[in-house]
Amino acid sequence: MSNSIRSIRNQSFSFILNPRLLISMLVFACIAIFIAFFSMTVGDYPISFSQVLNVFTGGGTKIERTVVLEWRAGRAFVALTVGAALGFAGALTQTIARNPLASPDVLGVTNGASLAAVLMIAFIGEHMALVPFVAILGALLTTMFMFSIAGKAARSDMLRLVLIGVGLSTFLSALTTWAIAQTTLDNAAAAKLWLTGSLNGRDWGNLPLPLIVVILALCCAGWLAFVLSALALGPDVAHFLGHKVSLAQAVQLIIAVLLTAVAVSAAGPIGFVAFVSPQIAQRIAKTPTPPLLCSALCGAALVATADLIARVVLPWELPVGIVTSFCGAPVLLYLIIRMNQKNTV
Amino acid sequence: MRYKKSLALAIFLFLIASCFISLTIGSKTNGFNEAIIRLPEAFRVAFQGETSTDELTLIIGQLRIPRTLIAVFVGMALGAAGCLIQGHTRNPLADPGILGINAGAALAVVLCIWFGITTSPSGYVWPAIIGCALAAMAVFSLSSTGSSAGNPLSIILAGVAISALLMAVVNALVLSSDSALDALRSWSTGSVAGRDISVLKPTAPIIAFGLILALTQIRALNLLALGEAVASSLGLPVQRYRILGITGVAILGGAATAAAGPIHFIGLAAPHIARSIMGPDYKGIIPLAIALGGTLALWADIIGRFVVRPSELQMGIVMALIGVPFFIMLIRRGKVYAL
Repeated sequence: MSNSIRSIRNQSFSFILNPRLLISMLVFACIAIFIAFFSMTVGDYPISFSQVLNVFTGGGTKIERTVVLEWRAGRAFVALTVGAALGFAGALTQTIARNPLASPDVLGVTNGASLAAVLMIAFIGEHMALVPFVAILGALLTTMFMFSIAGKAARSDMLRLVLIGVGLSTFLSALTTWAIAQTTLDNAAAAKLWLTGSLNGRDWGNLPLPLIVVILALCCAGWLAFVLSALALGPDVAHFLGHKVSLAQAVQLIIAVLLTAVAVSAAGPIGFVAFVSPQIAQRIAKTPTPPLLCSALCGAALVATADLIARVVLPWELPVGIVTSFCGAPVLLYLIIRMNQKNTV
Repeated sequence: MRYKKSLALAIFLFLIASCFISLTIGSKTNGFNEAIIRLPEAFRVAFQGETSTDELTLIIGQLRIPRTLIAVFVGMALGAAGCLIQGHTRNPLADPGILGINAGAALAVVLCIWFGITTSPSGYVWPAIIGCALAAMAVFSLSSTGSSAGNPLSIILAGVAISALLMAVVNALVLSSDSALDALRSWSTGSVAGRDISVLKPTAPIIAFGLILALTQIRALNLLALGEAVASSLGLPVQRYRILGITGVAILGGAATAAAGPIHFIGLAAPHIARSIMGPDYKGIIPLAIALGGTLALWADIIGRFVVRPSELQMGIVMALIGVPFFIMLIRRGKVYAL
């Protein structure tokens, strides 16, 4: 199928215009924003869509302003930011590992953050407000540890780094399971709930840190996309083409780790988003490697939809991590079936 | 590796020696000789259900023999399953769990609790086998739509999708029932403690059959390592062998998970270690991975028994604590290869 990718050149610069990619990004962005605003209409105190828009443009009664701005908007924007962070990190990790099985879990970051949080919930059991900070600490310690034990050779060889990351995440995940098995049942339930990933009770206070990191990542995205499409051909070819390979790989890894750390600290390890949004974005935009911004937008749309469904579908609130798996898995299965059918001659 | 044949033989002998060690070590301290003399009677206690007046014989027969045998079978099964799945998906990060068997077994266990069927580990065996089988069938059939039966990428992706779906259901059930959470969290650590010999009745024949199936895949895996197109043009019926191979993984992984709970690391590491000793020929890798898997599992259980005396550390945890640093050391030495 021919693709209408065009290049635009003038005397001083040139770039490639991929209409399909741009349209997919627009579609995902619209879905994400629409769902976020729509989710502000549901809840114990129903508000209509036009009233929500009214509040944001400055009007609305006092009670509407309280409900929307103080209770619901924070959660909606946290959902978008966490989704974008996870989608972006997933795209970076899958490109680093050059393996569709990869997700930020593979870097050991998610499991490090989870272990730190679970240890705190299970054995200390109070001060739930401190859990996000403990989670970030766990993530960063894990990454530093992984780099230090990887040794010089592995730092430039991505496969080895990923294998070490897999080993480390297995290790940390086993410790987490053990911690849950050792503690009291109440603490175990609280820890398990955190591990499933939930946006319950998240509001504006959770927003600044993930938002800053996501904006930083988006700023680097332009340069990163350029370098990544060369790196996709292999580090040697990228080197011959003139790119600074080690610098690019280091920046990729650092950004992926930071994004995952802040996402996990804000909402717990919401499973599956970081894995599936790059795959969905790649297949819809028909790019050879997972597209960065598109995956971020797809992740934002996915988490926003999942949060809405989590609040609406049952009389009590489901953790959002459960719903992302339920939403994401059938989409992935459909894409697999389509992919297989296309391979039929 | 110049001495690879002798090293492989040494590992086989070590496995047998480890079985004896496992039978003579435990939280009740006893001498080596005392345990050895009691062995024949202990086997009768274990397999024929007799009782004995001697405490040590009872302990060996009812506790240590079942654990040793289950650990060895589970380890062998996971080692073989790991070779098969890494060979067929040609992905060094693959382990038998990607077929969704851990999630299928966990769902079966939770449903058992939920409907009040059983709460003992021995009672989970048949439901877990069925759960694993259904999950693996779902993964394989979803990845086989279209003309090619199970191309590697779609197996991996379908496995992730099915695992996520099943684990979402598990989490939803477990978060709403404390007793389910309690049972699941002790099952999830992966342990051979508290299982009695009846666990082996369904799983041992299944594992034996799976091991034979794995050994017949040697030629196919060697050819597939050259790429599917080359293998097919060299005369290998790729579809047939792939179906057999994935079935083998499901059988072995499913029986192992049903017997001892999800044990994560053996299926990933044993093939890599075997490959670093024996080289790329699967004729050497598969038997050695089977022996290594059994040894790793058995030693994980043995170490778990005496490292925090008088209580115990579960096998899954010990495997993670010790196996992972060892594996990382192998990676640093460059002995782990891409496939």
